[in-house]
Amino acid sequence: MADVNRGNRPLSPHLTIYRPQMTSMTSIFVRLTGNALLVAALMIVWWFLAAATGPEAFAMADGFMRSWFGDLVMVLSVWAIWYHLLGGLRHLIWDTGRGLDLKSAYAMGYVMIGGSLVLTLLTIIVL
Amino acid sequence: MAFLTDRKRAEGLGSAKSGTEHFWSMTVSSVALLILVPLFIFTFGAVLGEPYEAVVAYYARPFPALIAGLTLIVGFHHFKGGAQVLIEDYVHGLAKHITILAVTFISYAAMAAGVYALIRLAL
Repeated sequence: MADVNRGNRPLSPHLTIYRPQMTSMTSIFVRLTGNALLVAALMIVWWFLAAATGPEAFAMADGFMRSWFGDLVMVLSVWAIWYHLLGGLRHLIWDTGRGLDLKSAYAMGYVMIGGSLVLTLLTIIVL
Repeated sequence: MAFLTDRKRAEGLGSAKSGTEHFWSMTVSSVALLILVPLFIFTFGAVLGEPYEAVVAYYARPFPALIAGLTLIVGFHHFKGGAQVLIEDYVHGLAKHITILAVTFISYAAMAAGVYALIRLAL
């Protein structure tokens, strides 16, 4: 068994072979948003550290956070975190064995897309 | 032997020798974040943009500070687990181990830095 062909075996059909579907895209975006949130999280940690350090350090971190670049990251991250949260909720529902049929998966996908946009707008308006 | 159930005989004999710890850890942290994240968005968002003195005073209060601390701890724990699965899917061999180590170290470092800052702000 040790000399079997390793590394050069045919692969099962993967992402690149399928036409994008709403279900697969909403799932891929859950992973994408979750990992991309690292940027905003590290910026927030820096902001907290700066606030704990003193006024000068805070002015720098706060200035970066409220620059056009910081604003862009924060607005995108607000959408990303709401989207990821709704995606996580969908997983928690799936984990109970509910909503695994195609119709429910699509319905929850649309709720994730629409809901994340509504919650993002709401967050921007409130804050 | 007659006292052993089928489950007891099968337990721990799968190829992985362990099972659902990772899944369960992600489940617990995701439910916690379901509560923490909205609270953090609206407490942190409320004070972002305020002057230095207002920020320091705000995070000297227990509720916003505890929400921020818990969100950072549970959030980076959740990130560490999620990013690990991402790495396991796309990175292989030694690079996989190095990347997982890096993500783990970054997560704990950010967690510790955030909590340290919050404690300094609270005191």
